[in-house]
Amino acid sequence: MSTVDSRATGTFAPAPGGSGLRRMVLAQARMEARLLLRNGEQLLLAIVIPVIVLLGGVAAAGRLGSTFEGHAPVDLLTPGVLALAVMSTSFTSVAIATGFERRYGVIKLLGSSPLPRHGLLLGKVLALLVVVALQLVVLVGVALALGWEPSPADPPRTVLGLVLAVGLGTAAFASLGLLVAGALRAEATLALANLVYLLLMVGGGVVLPTSAYGTAGGVIQWLPSGALGEAMRSALVHASIDGRSLLVLATWALVGALLTAKTFRWE
Amino acid sequence: MPSASPAVEIDGLVMAYGDKVAVDGLSLEVARGSITAVLGPNGAGKTTTLETCEGYRVPQRGTVRVLGLDPRRDRADLLPRIGVMLQSGGAWSGVRAVEMLEHMSSLHAHPLDTGMLVDRLGLADCGRTPYRRLSGGQKQRLGLAIALVGRPELVFVDEPTAGMDPQARRTTWEMLEEVRADGVTVVLTTHHMDEAEHLADRIHIIDRGTLIASGTPAELTRGGRSATIRLVVNRPFPDGAPESLRAELGPLTEVRQLDEVSMLIHGPADASTLGRVSRWCETHGVLPQTLTLGQRTLEDVFLELTGRELDTPHDVLLPRPAPPNSAAGTPS
Repeated sequence: MSTVDSRATGTFAPAPGGSGLRRMVLAQARMEARLLLRNGEQLLLAIVIPVIVLLGGVAAAGRLGSTFEGHAPVDLLTPGVLALAVMSTSFTSVAIATGFERRYGVIKLLGSSPLPRHGLLLGKVLALLVVVALQLVVLVGVALALGWEPSPADPPRTVLGLVLAVGLGTAAFASLGLLVAGALRAEATLALANLVYLLLMVGGGVVLPTSAYGTAGGVIQWLPSGALGEAMRSALVHASIDGRSLLVLATWALVGALLTAKTFRWE
Repeated sequence: MPSASPAVEIDGLVMAYGDKVAVDGLSLEVARGSITAVLGPNGAGKTTTLETCEGYRVPQRGTVRVLGLDPRRDRADLLPRIGVMLQSGGAWSGVRAVEMLEHMSSLHAHPLDTGMLVDRLGLADCGRTPYRRLSGGQKQRLGLAIALVGRPELVFVDEPTAGMDPQARRTTWEMLEEVRADGVTVVLTTHHMDEAEHLADRIHIIDRGTLIASGTPAELTRGGRSATIRLVVNRPFPDGAPESLRAELGPLTEVRQLDEVSMLIHGPADASTLGRVSRWCETHGVLPQTLTLGQRTLEDVFLELTGRELDTPHDVLLPRPAPPNSAAGTPS
Protein backbone atom coordinates (compact mmCIF):
# COMPACT_ATOMS: atom_id res chain seq x y z
CA MET A 1 0.00 0.00 0.00
CA SER A 2 1.56 3.25 -1.10
CA THR A 3 0.86 6.43 0.79
CA VAL A 4 1.58 8.84 -2.10
CA ASP A 5 2.88 11.81 -0.09
CA SER A 6 -0.38 11.99 1.86
CA ARG A 7 1.29 13.91 4.70
CA ALA A 8 2.22 16.76 2.41
CA THR A 9 -1.26 17.27 1.03
CA GLY A 10 -3.56 16.02 3.77
CA THR A 11 -4.96 12.71 4.89
CA PHE A 12 -7.77 12.61 2.39
CA ALA A 13 -5.92 14.07 -0.59
CA PRO A 14 -7.27 12.31 -3.66
CA ALA A 15 -5.28 9.35 -5.00
CA PRO A 16 -7.94 7.36 -6.77
CA GLY A 17 -7.55 4.15 -8.74
CA GLY A 18 -8.51 0.50 -8.83
CA SER A 19 -6.09 -2.07 -7.48
CA GLY A 20 -5.96 -4.05 -10.72
CA LEU A 21 -8.33 -6.72 -11.98
CA ARG A 22 -6.34 -9.68 -10.64
CA ARG A 23 -6.13 -8.30 -7.10
CA MET A 24 -9.75 -7.20 -7.12
CA VAL A 25 -11.02 -10.57 -8.34
CA LEU A 26 -8.91 -12.45 -5.78
CA ALA A 27 -10.13 -10.16 -2.98
CA GLN A 28 -13.73 -10.64 -4.06
CA ALA A 29 -13.29 -14.42 -4.28
CA ARG A 30 -11.69 -14.59 -0.83
CA MET A 31 -14.51 -12.52 0.64
CA GLU A 32 -17.28 -14.55 -0.98
CA ALA A 33 -15.70 -17.91 -0.11
CA ARG A 34 -15.30 -16.80 3.53
CA LEU A 35 -18.93 -15.71 3.70
CA LEU A 36 -20.16 -18.96 2.10
CA LEU A 37 -18.19 -21.07 4.56
CA ARG A 38 -19.23 -18.94 7.52
CA ASN A 39 -22.89 -19.56 6.89
CA GLY A 40 -24.23 -22.50 8.89
CA GLU A 41 -27.11 -23.38 6.56
CA GLN A 42 -24.80 -23.39 3.57
CA LEU A 43 -22.47 -25.81 5.32
CA LEU A 44 -25.43 -28.07 6.07
CA LEU A 45 -26.30 -28.05 2.41
CA ALA A 46 -22.71 -28.40 1.23
CA ILE A 47 -21.37 -31.12 3.51
CA VAL A 48 -23.82 -32.50 6.05
CA ILE A 49 -26.62 -33.55 3.71
CA PRO A 50 -24.33 -35.25 1.17
CA VAL A 51 -22.55 -37.12 3.98
CA ILE A 52 -25.89 -38.26 5.41
CA VAL A 53 -27.04 -39.41 1.98
CA LEU A 54 -23.82 -41.35 1.50
CA LEU A 55 -23.85 -42.98 4.96
CA GLY A 56 -27.59 -43.65 4.79
CA GLY A 57 -27.43 -45.05 1.25
CA VAL A 58 -24.53 -47.36 2.01
CA ALA A 59 -26.13 -48.58 5.26
CA ALA A 60 -29.50 -49.18 3.60
CA ALA A 61 -27.94 -51.05 0.68
CA GLY A 62 -25.87 -53.12 3.11
CA ARG A 63 -28.95 -54.08 5.10
CA LEU A 64 -30.84 -55.01 1.93
CA GLY A 65 -27.75 -56.90 0.78
CA SER A 66 -28.19 -55.36 -2.63
CA THR A 67 -25.53 -54.44 -5.13
CA PHE A 68 -26.10 -52.14 -8.07
CA GLU A 69 -25.30 -53.62 -11.45
CA GLY A 70 -22.60 -55.68 -9.80
CA HIS A 71 -20.95 -52.66 -8.11
CA ALA A 72 -20.55 -52.12 -4.38
CA PRO A 73 -23.11 -49.56 -3.14
CA VAL A 74 -20.43 -47.11 -2.02
CA ASP A 75 -18.82 -47.20 -5.46
CA LEU A 76 -22.05 -46.29 -7.18
CA LEU A 77 -23.32 -43.82 -4.55
CA THR A 78 -20.12 -41.78 -4.17
CA PRO A 79 -20.17 -40.21 -7.66
CA GLY A 80 -23.83 -39.30 -7.13
CA VAL A 81 -23.13 -37.75 -3.74
CA LEU A 82 -20.27 -35.72 -5.21
CA ALA A 83 -22.68 -34.55 -7.90
CA LEU A 84 -25.18 -33.62 -5.21
CA ALA A 85 -22.55 -31.53 -3.45
CA VAL A 86 -21.70 -29.71 -6.68
CA MET A 87 -25.39 -29.01 -7.27
CA SER A 88 -26.05 -27.76 -3.73
CA THR A 89 -23.30 -25.17 -3.79
CA SER A 90 -23.42 -24.15 -7.44
CA PHE A 91 -27.16 -23.80 -7.59
CA THR A 92 -28.74 -23.38 -4.17
CA SER A 93 -25.96 -21.54 -2.33
CA VAL A 94 -25.15 -19.28 -5.26
CA ALA A 95 -28.81 -18.43 -5.82
CA ILE A 96 -29.50 -17.64 -2.17
CA ALA A 97 -26.29 -15.69 -1.62
CA THR A 98 -26.76 -13.65 -4.80
CA GLY A 99 -30.44 -13.04 -4.09
CA PHE A 100 -29.60 -11.53 -0.74
CA GLU A 101 -26.67 -9.57 -2.18
CA ARG A 102 -29.18 -7.90 -4.46
CA ARG A 103 -31.61 -7.32 -1.63
CA TYR A 104 -28.99 -5.86 0.73
CA GLY A 105 -27.54 -3.56 -1.94
CA VAL A 106 -24.16 -5.32 -1.92
CA ILE A 107 -24.17 -5.61 -5.68
CA LYS A 108 -25.22 -1.98 -5.90
CA LEU A 109 -22.37 -0.79 -3.69
CA LEU A 110 -19.84 -2.94 -5.54
CA GLY A 111 -21.27 -1.41 -8.71
CA SER A 112 -19.87 1.94 -7.58
CA SER A 113 -16.43 0.48 -6.78
CA PRO A 114 -13.59 -0.05 -9.26
CA LEU A 115 -14.51 -3.77 -9.43
CA PRO A 116 -16.18 -4.22 -12.83
CA ARG A 117 -19.16 -6.53 -13.24
CA HIS A 118 -17.17 -9.21 -15.03
CA GLY A 119 -14.70 -9.01 -12.15
CA LEU A 120 -17.53 -9.58 -9.70
CA LEU A 121 -18.67 -12.60 -11.71
CA LEU A 122 -15.12 -13.99 -11.91
CA GLY A 123 -14.73 -13.57 -8.16
CA LYS A 124 -17.98 -15.40 -7.58
CA VAL A 125 -16.93 -18.29 -9.85
CA LEU A 126 -13.56 -18.54 -8.14
CA ALA A 127 -15.14 -18.57 -4.67
CA LEU A 128 -17.57 -21.21 -5.87
CA LEU A 129 -14.77 -23.42 -7.22
CA VAL A 130 -12.86 -23.13 -3.94
CA VAL A 131 -15.91 -24.19 -1.94
CA VAL A 132 -16.71 -27.04 -4.34
CA ALA A 133 -13.09 -28.25 -4.12
CA LEU A 134 -13.26 -28.23 -0.31
CA GLN A 135 -16.53 -30.17 -0.40
CA LEU A 136 -15.09 -32.77 -2.74
CA VAL A 137 -12.02 -33.24 -0.54
CA VAL A 138 -14.17 -33.85 2.55
CA LEU A 139 -16.64 -36.14 0.76
CA VAL A 140 -13.93 -38.14 -1.00
CA GLY A 141 -12.32 -38.63 2.40
CA VAL A 142 -15.56 -39.95 3.89
CA ALA A 143 -16.16 -42.19 0.87
CA LEU A 144 -12.65 -43.63 1.00
CA ALA A 145 -13.17 -44.37 4.68
CA LEU A 146 -16.30 -46.30 3.71
CA GLY A 147 -14.27 -48.39 1.30
CA TRP A 148 -14.90 -46.51 -1.93
CA GLU A 149 -12.69 -47.56 -4.84
CA PRO A 150 -12.98 -45.53 -8.03
CA SER A 151 -12.56 -47.50 -11.23
CA PRO A 152 -8.89 -48.46 -11.63
CA ALA A 153 -9.25 -49.04 -15.38
CA ASP A 154 -7.88 -45.76 -16.73
CA PRO A 155 -6.93 -43.20 -14.02
CA PRO A 156 -6.10 -40.31 -16.38
CA ARG A 157 -9.43 -40.65 -18.10
CA THR A 158 -11.22 -40.92 -14.76
CA VAL A 159 -9.62 -37.67 -13.62
CA LEU A 160 -10.39 -35.95 -16.93
CA GLY A 161 -14.00 -37.11 -16.80
CA LEU A 162 -14.30 -35.93 -13.19
CA VAL A 163 -12.83 -32.52 -13.94
CA LEU A 164 -15.07 -32.01 -16.99
CA ALA A 165 -18.17 -33.12 -15.09
CA VAL A 166 -17.45 -30.91 -12.08
CA GLY A 167 -16.49 -27.94 -14.26
CA LEU A 168 -19.46 -28.09 -16.61
CA GLY A 169 -21.84 -29.08 -13.81
CA THR A 170 -20.73 -26.10 -11.75
CA ALA A 171 -21.14 -23.79 -14.76
CA ALA A 172 -24.60 -25.13 -15.59
CA PHE A 173 -25.97 -24.92 -12.06
CA ALA A 174 -24.33 -21.59 -11.28
CA SER A 175 -25.82 -19.97 -14.37
CA LEU A 176 -29.25 -21.31 -13.39
CA GLY A 177 -28.75 -20.14 -9.79
CA LEU A 178 -27.89 -16.65 -11.01
CA LEU A 179 -30.88 -16.71 -13.34
CA VAL A 180 -33.22 -17.32 -10.40
CA ALA A 181 -31.43 -14.84 -8.11
CA GLY A 182 -31.41 -12.09 -10.71
CA ALA A 183 -35.09 -12.29 -11.50
CA LEU A 184 -36.92 -13.04 -8.23
CA ARG A 185 -37.09 -11.42 -4.82
CA ALA A 186 -34.64 -12.75 -2.23
CA GLU A 187 -37.30 -14.67 -0.27
CA ALA A 188 -38.73 -16.26 -3.41
CA THR A 189 -35.21 -17.21 -4.48
CA LEU A 190 -34.58 -18.81 -1.09
CA ALA A 191 -37.75 -20.88 -1.30
CA LEU A 192 -37.37 -21.89 -4.94
CA ALA A 193 -33.66 -22.74 -4.68
CA ASN A 194 -34.30 -25.06 -1.74
CA LEU A 195 -37.35 -26.64 -3.34
CA VAL A 196 -35.60 -27.32 -6.62
CA TYR A 197 -32.66 -28.78 -4.73
CA LEU A 198 -34.92 -31.18 -2.82
CA LEU A 199 -36.85 -32.21 -5.93
CA LEU A 200 -33.70 -32.83 -7.93
CA MET A 201 -32.04 -34.69 -5.06
CA VAL A 202 -34.96 -37.10 -4.89
CA GLY A 203 -36.11 -37.28 -8.49
CA GLY A 204 -33.40 -35.67 -10.61
CA GLY A 205 -31.05 -38.56 -11.27
CA VAL A 206 -28.27 -37.11 -9.17
CA VAL A 207 -27.65 -39.70 -6.48
CA LEU A 208 -29.26 -42.68 -8.22
CA PRO A 209 -28.60 -43.57 -11.86
CA THR A 210 -31.24 -42.39 -14.32
CA SER A 211 -31.80 -46.07 -15.13
CA ALA A 212 -33.25 -46.46 -11.62
CA TYR A 213 -36.20 -44.23 -12.57
CA GLY A 214 -37.65 -46.54 -15.22
CA THR A 215 -39.18 -44.76 -18.20
CA ALA A 216 -38.86 -41.35 -16.47
CA GLY A 217 -35.10 -41.80 -16.75
CA GLY A 218 -35.38 -40.97 -20.45
CA VAL A 219 -36.43 -37.44 -19.49
CA ILE A 220 -34.27 -37.12 -16.40
CA GLN A 221 -31.06 -37.69 -18.32
CA TRP A 222 -31.66 -34.37 -20.09
CA LEU A 223 -31.94 -32.46 -16.81
CA PRO A 224 -28.74 -30.83 -15.58
CA SER A 225 -29.00 -32.97 -12.45
CA GLY A 226 -29.31 -36.25 -14.35
CA ALA A 227 -26.56 -35.26 -16.77
CA LEU A 228 -24.19 -34.32 -13.95
CA GLY A 229 -24.93 -37.55 -12.06
CA GLU A 230 -24.40 -39.69 -15.17
CA ALA A 231 -21.20 -37.87 -16.14
CA MET A 232 -19.77 -38.41 -12.64
CA ARG A 233 -20.75 -42.08 -12.60
CA SER A 234 -19.28 -42.66 -16.06
CA ALA A 235 -15.98 -41.13 -14.96
CA LEU A 236 -15.68 -42.75 -11.54
CA VAL A 237 -17.43 -46.09 -12.06
CA HIS A 238 -16.56 -46.89 -15.66
CA ALA A 239 -13.52 -44.67 -16.28
CA SER A 240 -15.28 -43.33 -19.36
CA ILE A 241 -16.19 -39.88 -20.58
CA ASP A 242 -19.91 -39.43 -21.08
CA GLY A 243 -19.90 -37.05 -24.03
CA ARG A 244 -23.65 -36.74 -24.27
CA SER A 245 -24.13 -35.78 -20.61
CA LEU A 246 -21.27 -33.29 -20.81
CA LEU A 247 -22.88 -31.74 -23.87
CA VAL A 248 -26.20 -31.52 -22.02
CA LEU A 249 -24.44 -29.71 -19.15
CA ALA A 250 -22.67 -27.34 -21.54
CA THR A 251 -25.98 -26.53 -23.22
CA TRP A 252 -27.66 -25.78 -19.88
CA ALA A 253 -24.70 -23.59 -18.93
CA LEU A 254 -24.94 -21.66 -22.18
CA VAL A 255 -28.71 -21.24 -22.09
CA GLY A 256 -28.61 -20.27 -18.40
CA ALA A 257 -25.87 -17.72 -19.00
CA LEU A 258 -27.66 -16.14 -21.95
CA LEU A 259 -30.96 -15.91 -20.09
CA THR A 260 -29.20 -14.53 -17.01
CA ALA A 261 -27.43 -11.88 -19.07
CA LYS A 262 -30.81 -10.86 -20.50
CA THR A 263 -32.86 -10.87 -17.32
CA PHE A 264 -30.52 -10.18 -14.38
CA ARG A 265 -31.54 -7.08 -12.46
CA TRP A 266 -28.68 -5.66 -10.43
CA GLU A 267 -30.95 -4.08 -7.82
CA MET B 1 -5.53 18.20 -10.76
CA PRO B 2 -7.79 21.15 -9.92
CA SER B 3 -9.59 22.19 -13.04
CA ALA B 4 -11.89 24.96 -14.07
CA SER B 5 -14.56 22.55 -15.25
CA PRO B 6 -17.23 21.71 -12.67
CA ALA B 7 -17.10 18.41 -10.78
CA VAL B 8 -20.72 17.75 -11.68
CA GLU B 9 -22.79 19.26 -14.49
CA ILE B 10 -26.45 18.35 -14.79
CA ASP B 11 -28.37 19.86 -17.66
CA GLY B 12 -32.11 19.41 -18.15
CA LEU B 13 -32.26 16.02 -16.41
CA VAL B 14 -35.62 14.27 -16.56
CA MET B 15 -36.25 10.98 -14.77
CA ALA B 16 -39.61 9.28 -14.40
CA TYR B 17 -40.85 5.98 -13.06
CA GLY B 18 -43.91 5.12 -15.07
CA ASP B 19 -46.06 8.24 -14.97
CA LYS B 20 -44.39 9.51 -11.78
CA VAL B 21 -41.86 12.19 -12.51
CA ALA B 22 -39.01 12.09 -10.00
CA VAL B 23 -36.72 14.64 -11.64
CA ASP B 24 -38.27 17.26 -13.86
CA GLY B 25 -35.81 19.25 -15.96
CA LEU B 26 -33.12 19.70 -13.33
CA SER B 27 -29.99 21.69 -14.12
CA LEU B 28 -27.21 22.37 -11.65
CA GLU B 29 -23.46 22.49 -11.25
CA VAL B 30 -21.08 21.48 -8.50
CA ALA B 31 -17.75 23.31 -8.21
CA ARG B 32 -14.61 21.28 -7.58
CA GLY B 33 -13.33 21.24 -4.03
CA SER B 34 -16.61 22.38 -2.53
CA ILE B 35 -19.23 20.84 -0.32
CA THR B 36 -22.51 21.10 -2.16
CA ALA B 37 -25.76 20.20 -0.48
CA VAL B 38 -28.79 19.06 -2.40
CA LEU B 39 -31.57 19.95 -0.01
CA GLY B 40 -35.18 18.98 -0.27
CA PRO B 41 -37.98 17.04 1.36
CA ASN B 42 -38.23 13.27 1.08
CA GLY B 43 -39.29 12.34 -2.42
CA ALA B 44 -37.95 15.53 -3.99
CA GLY B 45 -35.77 13.58 -6.42
CA LYS B 46 -32.45 13.89 -4.57
CA THR B 47 -31.53 10.21 -4.56
CA THR B 48 -32.58 9.69 -8.17
CA THR B 49 -30.37 12.61 -9.17
CA LEU B 50 -27.41 11.23 -7.22
CA GLU B 51 -27.89 7.75 -8.64
CA THR B 52 -27.84 9.16 -12.15
CA CYS B 53 -24.51 10.85 -11.38
CA GLU B 54 -23.20 7.55 -10.00
CA GLY B 55 -24.06 5.77 -13.23
CA TYR B 56 -26.83 3.59 -11.80
CA ARG B 57 -29.52 5.18 -13.93
CA VAL B 58 -29.64 6.35 -17.53
CA PRO B 59 -30.90 9.92 -17.96
CA GLN B 60 -34.22 9.79 -19.79
CA ARG B 61 -33.64 13.32 -21.01
CA GLY B 62 -30.84 15.81 -20.49
CA THR B 63 -27.17 15.22 -19.83
CA VAL B 64 -25.08 14.45 -16.77
CA ARG B 65 -21.30 14.87 -16.62
CA VAL B 66 -19.24 13.89 -13.61
CA LEU B 67 -15.56 14.95 -13.57
CA GLY B 68 -16.13 15.65 -17.26
CA LEU B 69 -17.17 12.05 -17.92
CA ASP B 70 -20.43 10.39 -18.92
CA PRO B 71 -21.37 8.22 -15.92
CA ARG B 72 -22.69 5.44 -18.20
CA ARG B 73 -20.40 5.49 -21.21
CA ASP B 74 -17.21 6.23 -19.23
CA ARG B 75 -18.22 4.15 -16.23
CA ALA B 76 -14.95 2.21 -16.00
CA ASP B 77 -12.92 5.43 -15.94
CA LEU B 78 -15.22 7.27 -13.58
CA LEU B 79 -15.87 4.66 -10.87
CA PRO B 80 -12.36 4.51 -9.42
CA ARG B 81 -12.42 8.31 -9.05
CA ILE B 82 -15.64 8.63 -7.05
CA GLY B 83 -16.75 7.40 -3.65
CA VAL B 84 -20.36 6.53 -2.95
CA MET B 85 -22.26 6.32 0.31
CA LEU B 86 -25.64 4.75 -0.30
CA GLN B 87 -28.67 5.86 1.65
CA SER B 88 -28.92 2.38 3.16
CA GLY B 89 -27.48 -1.10 2.91
CA GLY B 90 -24.56 -2.11 0.76
CA ALA B 91 -23.01 -4.84 2.89
CA TRP B 92 -23.54 -8.57 3.37
CA SER B 93 -25.57 -9.27 6.47
CA GLY B 94 -22.93 -11.59 7.93
CA VAL B 95 -19.86 -9.52 7.13
CA ARG B 96 -18.04 -7.88 10.05
CA ALA B 97 -17.78 -4.09 9.97
CA VAL B 98 -14.01 -3.85 9.66
CA GLU B 99 -13.87 -6.84 7.33
CA MET B 100 -16.22 -5.02 4.95
CA LEU B 101 -14.14 -1.85 5.08
CA GLU B 102 -10.94 -3.79 4.45
CA HIS B 103 -12.53 -5.57 1.52
CA MET B 104 -13.55 -2.29 -0.10
CA SER B 105 -10.09 -0.91 0.64
CA SER B 106 -8.48 -3.86 -1.20
CA LEU B 107 -10.27 -2.84 -4.40
CA HIS B 108 -8.34 0.45 -4.52
CA ALA B 109 -4.77 1.27 -5.52
CA HIS B 110 -3.92 3.78 -2.78
CA PRO B 111 -6.49 3.31 -0.04
CA LEU B 112 -6.60 5.25 3.19
CA ASP B 113 -5.42 3.52 6.33
CA THR B 114 -8.48 1.59 7.47
CA GLY B 115 -7.31 1.72 11.10
CA MET B 116 -7.38 5.52 10.94
CA LEU B 117 -10.91 5.53 9.54
CA VAL B 118 -12.07 3.02 12.15
CA ASP B 119 -10.66 5.15 14.97
CA ARG B 120 -11.85 8.47 13.62
CA LEU B 121 -15.37 7.24 12.97
CA GLY B 122 -15.64 5.38 16.26
CA LEU B 123 -16.05 1.96 14.66
CA ALA B 124 -13.48 0.18 16.83
CA ASP B 125 -16.08 -1.06 19.32
CA CYS B 126 -18.15 -2.72 16.64
CA GLY B 127 -15.32 -3.81 14.34
CA ARG B 128 -16.11 -7.51 14.71
CA THR B 129 -19.89 -7.08 14.81
CA PRO B 130 -21.78 -8.57 11.85
CA TYR B 131 -23.34 -5.88 9.69
CA ARG B 132 -26.91 -6.95 10.48
CA ARG B 133 -26.32 -6.21 14.17
CA LEU B 134 -24.88 -2.71 13.72
CA SER B 135 -27.03 0.23 14.80
CA GLY B 136 -28.32 2.64 12.18
CA GLY B 137 -25.67 5.20 13.08
CA GLN B 138 -22.88 2.62 12.95
CA LYS B 139 -24.01 1.52 9.51
CA GLN B 140 -23.94 5.16 8.37
CA ARG B 141 -20.44 5.67 9.71
CA LEU B 142 -19.24 2.49 8.03
CA GLY B 143 -20.86 3.68 4.81
CA LEU B 144 -18.95 6.96 5.04
CA ALA B 145 -15.68 5.12 5.67
CA ILE B 146 -16.35 2.95 2.59
CA ALA B 147 -17.06 6.02 0.46
CA LEU B 148 -13.78 7.63 1.51
CA VAL B 149 -11.41 4.65 1.70
CA GLY B 150 -10.43 4.70 -1.98
CA ARG B 151 -9.24 8.34 -1.76
CA PRO B 152 -11.70 9.58 -4.38
CA GLU B 153 -11.72 13.00 -6.01
CA LEU B 154 -15.44 13.28 -5.50
CA VAL B 155 -17.77 11.67 -2.97
CA PHE B 156 -21.53 11.37 -3.15
CA VAL B 157 -23.07 10.96 0.27
CA ASP B 158 -26.79 10.31 0.47
CA GLU B 159 -28.29 11.48 3.78
CA PRO B 160 -24.99 10.95 5.61
CA THR B 161 -26.20 11.62 9.13
CA ALA B 162 -29.63 9.98 9.05
CA GLY B 163 -30.08 7.99 12.25
CA MET B 164 -26.94 9.39 13.91
CA ASP B 165 -26.77 10.72 17.43
CA PRO B 166 -25.59 14.36 17.76
CA GLN B 167 -22.04 13.35 18.67
CA ALA B 168 -21.63 11.11 15.60
CA ARG B 169 -23.24 13.81 13.51
CA ARG B 170 -20.64 16.34 14.57
CA THR B 171 -17.82 13.85 13.92
CA THR B 172 -19.19 13.25 10.43
CA TRP B 173 -19.46 16.96 9.73
CA GLU B 174 -15.89 17.53 10.90
CA MET B 175 -14.63 14.73 8.70
CA LEU B 176 -16.46 16.03 5.63
CA GLU B 177 -14.99 19.48 6.26
CA GLU B 178 -11.51 17.98 6.50
CA VAL B 179 -12.13 16.01 3.33
CA ARG B 180 -13.00 19.23 1.53
CA ALA B 181 -9.93 20.98 2.94
CA ASP B 182 -7.82 18.20 1.41
CA GLY B 183 -9.26 18.91 -2.02
CA VAL B 184 -12.09 16.40 -2.31
CA THR B 185 -15.41 17.53 -3.76
CA VAL B 186 -18.39 16.51 -1.62
CA VAL B 187 -21.97 16.26 -2.85
CA LEU B 188 -24.44 15.45 -0.13
CA THR B 189 -28.17 15.16 0.01
CA THR B 190 -30.03 16.04 3.13
CA HIS B 191 -33.42 17.10 4.31
CA HIS B 192 -31.92 18.71 7.41
CA MET B 193 -31.53 22.41 6.83
CA ASP B 194 -29.07 22.75 9.72
CA GLU B 195 -26.80 20.22 8.04
CA ALA B 196 -26.87 22.11 4.76
CA GLU B 197 -26.43 25.44 6.52
CA HIS B 198 -23.51 24.20 8.61
CA LEU B 199 -21.58 22.29 5.95
CA ALA B 200 -22.33 23.50 2.49
CA ASP B 201 -20.50 26.06 0.41
CA ARG B 202 -23.42 25.98 -1.94
CA ILE B 203 -26.97 24.72 -1.53
CA HIS B 204 -29.34 23.59 -4.24
CA ILE B 205 -32.90 23.37 -2.98
CA ILE B 206 -34.93 20.81 -4.90
CA ASP B 207 -38.64 20.28 -4.69
CA ARG B 208 -40.70 17.91 -6.83
CA GLY B 209 -37.75 17.25 -9.08
CA THR B 210 -36.93 20.86 -9.95
CA LEU B 211 -34.40 23.33 -8.66
CA ILE B 212 -36.23 26.05 -6.77
CA ALA B 213 -33.29 27.97 -5.32
CA SER B 214 -29.50 27.93 -5.38
CA GLY B 215 -26.84 29.83 -3.56
CA THR B 216 -24.53 30.00 -0.59
CA PRO B 217 -26.25 29.66 2.78
CA ALA B 218 -25.77 33.41 3.31
CA GLU B 219 -27.26 34.30 -0.07
CA LEU B 220 -30.26 32.12 0.50
CA THR B 221 -31.04 33.39 3.97
CA ARG B 222 -30.23 37.04 3.33
CA GLY B 223 -33.05 39.50 2.91
CA GLY B 224 -36.29 37.88 2.13
CA ARG B 225 -39.74 39.08 2.88
CA SER B 226 -40.12 37.87 6.43
CA ALA B 227 -38.44 37.38 9.76
CA THR B 228 -39.17 35.77 13.06
CA ILE B 229 -39.31 37.89 16.19
CA ARG B 230 -39.07 36.26 19.56
CA LEU B 231 -40.65 38.12 22.46
CA VAL B 232 -40.37 37.22 26.14
CA VAL B 233 -41.89 39.51 28.78
CA ASN B 234 -41.62 39.90 32.54
CA ARG B 235 -45.16 38.83 33.45
CA PRO B 236 -48.07 37.00 31.87
CA PHE B 237 -49.67 38.52 28.80
CA PRO B 238 -53.22 39.85 29.21
CA ASP B 239 -56.06 37.84 27.70
CA GLY B 240 -56.40 38.15 23.95
CA ALA B 241 -52.81 39.33 23.57
CA PRO B 242 -52.02 37.50 20.30
CA GLU B 243 -55.09 38.92 18.57
CA SER B 244 -54.40 42.40 19.86
CA LEU B 245 -50.78 42.25 18.74
CA ARG B 246 -51.76 40.98 15.30
CA ALA B 247 -54.18 43.88 14.96
CA GLU B 248 -51.31 46.23 15.80
CA LEU B 249 -48.89 44.67 13.31
CA GLY B 250 -51.18 44.11 10.37
CA PRO B 251 -52.75 41.19 8.53
CA LEU B 252 -49.46 39.80 7.07
CA THR B 253 -48.25 38.87 10.51
CA GLU B 254 -48.63 35.59 12.31
CA VAL B 255 -48.52 35.62 16.10
CA ARG B 256 -48.17 32.47 18.12
CA GLN B 257 -48.19 32.45 21.92
CA LEU B 258 -45.74 29.82 23.17
CA ASP B 259 -46.52 30.13 26.88
CA GLU B 260 -47.88 32.81 29.19
CA VAL B 261 -44.78 35.01 28.84
CA SER B 262 -43.45 34.32 25.34
CA MET B 263 -44.57 34.71 21.75
CA LEU B 264 -43.22 34.09 18.28
CA ILE B 265 -44.05 36.68 15.67
CA HIS B 266 -43.58 35.84 12.01
CA GLY B 267 -44.00 38.69 9.59
CA PRO B 268 -42.52 41.41 7.38
CA ALA B 269 -38.85 41.94 8.12
CA ASP B 270 -38.74 45.71 8.53
CA ALA B 271 -37.36 47.84 11.32
CA SER B 272 -40.71 49.34 12.23
CA THR B 273 -42.08 45.95 13.24
CA LEU B 274 -39.73 45.79 16.23
CA GLY B 275 -40.71 49.31 17.24
CA ARG B 276 -44.40 48.50 17.07
CA VAL B 277 -43.97 45.34 19.15
CA SER B 278 -42.14 47.37 21.74
CA ARG B 279 -44.87 50.08 21.76
CA TRP B 280 -47.57 47.39 22.11
CA CYS B 281 -45.78 46.03 25.21
CA GLU B 282 -45.72 49.50 26.74
CA THR B 283 -49.44 50.07 26.25
CA HIS B 284 -50.27 46.60 27.64
CA GLY B 285 -48.17 46.97 30.77
CA VAL B 286 -45.58 44.25 30.12
CA LEU B 287 -41.82 44.70 29.91
CA PRO B 288 -39.90 42.93 27.14
CA GLN B 289 -37.02 40.89 28.54
CA THR B 290 -36.10 39.35 25.20
CA LEU B 291 -36.95 40.95 21.91
CA THR B 292 -34.90 39.47 19.07
CA LEU B 293 -35.19 39.57 15.33
CA GLY B 294 -34.43 36.05 14.16
CA GLN B 295 -32.17 35.26 11.25
CA ARG B 296 -34.11 34.01 8.26
CA THR B 297 -33.47 30.29 8.06
CA LEU B 298 -33.46 27.86 5.16
CA GLU B 299 -36.68 26.58 6.62
CA ASP B 300 -38.21 30.02 6.02
CA VAL B 301 -36.80 30.07 2.50
CA PHE B 302 -38.30 26.71 1.73
CA LEU B 303 -41.61 27.69 3.26
CA GLU B 304 -41.76 30.87 1.20
CA LEU B 305 -40.90 29.09 -2.03
CA THR B 306 -43.21 26.13 -1.67
CA GLY B 307 -45.74 26.98 0.99
CA ARG B 308 -44.75 23.80 2.81
CA GLU B 309 -42.46 22.88 5.65
CA LEU B 310 -39.20 21.22 4.67
CA ASP B 311 -39.35 18.43 7.22
CA THR B 312 -42.89 17.48 6.36
CA PRO B 313 -42.50 14.71 3.86
CA HIS B 314 -45.08 15.02 1.16
CA ASP B 315 -46.27 12.21 -1.02
CA VAL B 316 -43.23 10.52 -2.51
CA LEU B 317 -43.03 10.97 -6.28
CA LEU B 318 -46.14 12.99 -6.91
CA PRO B 319 -47.92 12.07 -10.09
CA ARG B 320 -47.95 14.92 -12.55
CA PRO B 321 -50.41 14.37 -15.33
CA ALA B 322 -50.07 17.91 -16.64
CA PRO B 323 -46.58 19.34 -16.23
CA PRO B 324 -46.63 23.13 -16.23
CA ASN B 325 -43.60 23.34 -18.50
CA SER B 326 -43.95 21.21 -21.59
CA ALA B 327 -40.23 21.46 -22.43
CA ALA B 328 -39.50 19.51 -19.27
CA GLY B 329 -42.59 17.39 -19.38
CA THR B 330 -43.21 13.73 -18.78
CA PRO B 331 -41.16 11.55 -21.09
CA SER B 332 -43.04 8.87 -22.89
